[in-house]
Amino acid sequence: MTNHLISVLVENKPGVLARISSMFARRGFNIHSLAVGPTSDPDMSRMTVVVDAPEMEQIVKQLRKLINTVKVTELGPGDAIEREIMLVRVNAEASKRAEIFEVAQLMGAHPADVGASTITFEIAGAPDRLATFFEMLRPYGISDLVKSGRIALGKTPARNA
Amino acid sequence: MTERLTGAHALIRSLENEGVEVAFGVPGGAILPAYDPILDSPIRHVLARHEQGAGHMASGYAHATGRVGVCIATSGPGATNLVTPLQDALMDSIPVVAITGQVASSSIGNDAFQEAHTWGISMPCTKHNYLVTDAADIPDVISEAFHLAATGRPGPVLVDIPKDVLAAEMDWHRAGRAELPGYKPSVKGHPMQVKAAIDLIQSSDQPVLYAGGGIIRASAAAELTHFAEMMNTPVVTTLMGRGAIPDSHELALGMPGMHGNYTAITAMQKADLLIAIGSRFDDRVTGKVSAFAPKAKVIHVDVDPAEIGKVRAADVPIVGDAKVILEQLIAEMEKRATPAPTRELWMSTIRGWQAEHPLTYDQPDDGPVKQQYVIEELNRITGGDAIVVAGVGQHQMWASQFWKFEKPRTWINSGGLGTMGYAVPAAIGAKAALPDEMVIAIDGDGCFQMTATELIAASTEEIPVKIIVMNNTVLGMVHQWQRLFYEERFSAVDLTDHTPDYVKLAEAMGCVAMRIERPDEVAPILEKALAINDKPVVVEVKCDPNEMVFPMIPAGGSNDDIVMSVEDLR
Ligand SMILES: Cc1ncc(C[n+]2csc(CCOP(=O)(O)OP(=O)(O)O)c2C)c(N)n1
Repeated sequence: MTNHLISVLVENKPGVLARISSMFARRGFNIHSLAVGPTSDPDMSRMTVVVDAPEMEQIVKQLRKLINTVKVTELGPGDAIEREIMLVRVNAEASKRAEIFEVAQLMGAHPADVGASTITFEIAGAPDRLATFFEMLRPYGISDLVKSGRIALGKTPARNA
Repeated sequence: MTERLTGAHALIRSLENEGVEVAFGVPGGAILPAYDPILDSPIRHVLARHEQGAGHMASGYAHATGRVGVCIATSGPGATNLVTPLQDALMDSIPVVAITGQVASSSIGNDAFQEAHTWGISMPCTKHNYLVTDAADIPDVISEAFHLAATGRPGPVLVDIPKDVLAAEMDWHRAGRAELPGYKPSVKGHPMQVKAAIDLIQSSDQPVLYAGGGIIRASAAAELTHFAEMMNTPVVTTLMGRGAIPDSHELALGMPGMHGNYTAITAMQKADLLIAIGSRFDDRVTGKVSAFAPKAKVIHVDVDPAEIGKVRAADVPIVGDAKVILEQLIAEMEKRATPAPTRELWMSTIRGWQAEHPLTYDQPDDGPVKQQYVIEELNRITGGDAIVVAGVGQHQMWASQFWKFEKPRTWINSGGLGTMGYAVPAAIGAKAALPDEMVIAIDGDGCFQMTATELIAASTEEIPVKIIVMNNTVLGMVHQWQRLFYEERFSAVDLTDHTPDYVKLAEAMGCVAMRIERPDEVAPILEKALAINDKPVVVEVKCDPNEMVFPMIPAGGSNDDIVMSVEDLR
């Protein structure tokens, strides 16, 4: 399956999230990640949904059909600025610590919590950078991981045409 | 000076402002406050005997008139009893507004007496729904609910109101303009697409207009017929679209699909162009999708963009109101210098199929009564001047096949959900809306047993519907499938021929009741029954349990493989 990214502007009303997730469940569409939060307009919220699906036409149409959905934008690869936050806890025995910190620094991750045998890093950025960091830490042993879900905004043209 | 009203009073006044004349419902604890001001309102309240009945009555009302039907229920069991009619109305795009009481705001979430999560339960079976938290919001919410139910693709909308919100006082105000930034249904079709559609139809040798319930909902039957004539294009009418073109019209081919007639099915299969208007390529029409109308290009007109391309890709998609788009298509065609091709070859091929494969049945003089015969006799005696309502099963298919529908909104049935028990309450709703029309329900004995008690409401409220109970002593459609596909192992389909005694049952509910047992009784007893106008009438027809509905396309089969009779399956 391919991952597709959609940005959904919805009215900020009680139950909107339930409406969206219920529609996905009912139509058999798979949500890979979903992030929701307020926008600069207090009446609107934005959801960024990553969907596992072979094709998006029905999903986009069914989203648009929901009464509280104001705008649905499908964001193709390269169309959007995509960001995600990850907290990752890696095993860090004393002998490996320097090495791990070096990797983290290289990737722009910050230690968020340092324990006796583990370090928890936070890293924010484009999804592929998070994936690279994850791969680099993997050999040390990852004990826990959490991601925020992707957020995205469509890119604007550099110059007015 | 502002007028102080309770939320309940504001609710009733808002309904009045929407033009509501009749509401169907059952009261109870949480909705009690709303039942007080209703006493002083011009709105007629019809007390249903079960909320499912109230919901189908609202839907029958809406089917018959095109106006929004209203039903009212209390919280908990009242609201959950509405789930079936709401889903039914959703599937068939029927404008209905349901008002439900809810436990007091402070009790929500505490598993209070008669609490159900009505908002959550009704979400997937409504077009939209509301939980009102402030009495001051009631006028706006009611106005939005009616707007949503009636516009775009019509559908059910539920408004859940906690008891304390109904009891609270508010400053009365009329509803403002609905603020729905995410709701802008298209009305007019894109002009380029309209041109492209005409180009495609003009170049087609074997086109078929595939007219669905959307034509009825959009009140576009006259435009459809005119357009079909202009384009020399035959028309099939789906189960929901019956009446979209008069069955007596030379371009009308009748119903396609699982129990459609040979010509309607085959014309679609052989078509080089399908012009779908207000139809949705339902599986009961297409059969196996990959084998459906393989050579046809598709023009798809629908008010709901999500229907276009859902099942079958469209070469020319047009989003908008069926009536407006038909007007656009007609106007575009009027501008063209070349008239539509006469398509004589295509029409004569179709005439050949019609002659060779008509719908048939055999009514022996001394044998058991056939339902098809009863329906044809009803049609003859009434001159077709009636609104016909059906339940779900064999009798529904025969009614659709054998009644000659000449006008839109004369056929009311549960197509998308296939809800047994639909006929009696839906007929009551239609008759309450149009007291001067004759409303006849053609019902199965199984269906009748599900909702017959609504006839008590019909008698006490003086809503004189006519109910024909086709007593074939079995759950006929299931019986047919078990005969054909389960080696005649009949399981849980026997209804027995004597219990209940339908005549006594109907009389006990305040109806006039009659019974037909032989073919020669059909006409005289129907005539007698149809002449009664002051009371509901129930006519039990003892009919053949072994008669089967044909043609038939077995589930999942290709529409090329039409089973015309039981011999075809042997
Ligand atoms: C509520 C509901 N339950 C079950 C079914 C499945 N079902 C479809 S047709 C049918 C038999 C209907 O029997 P009857 O009302 O006697 O009509 P007939 O087919 O004999 O004309 C059944 C059980 C249904 N459609 N709806």
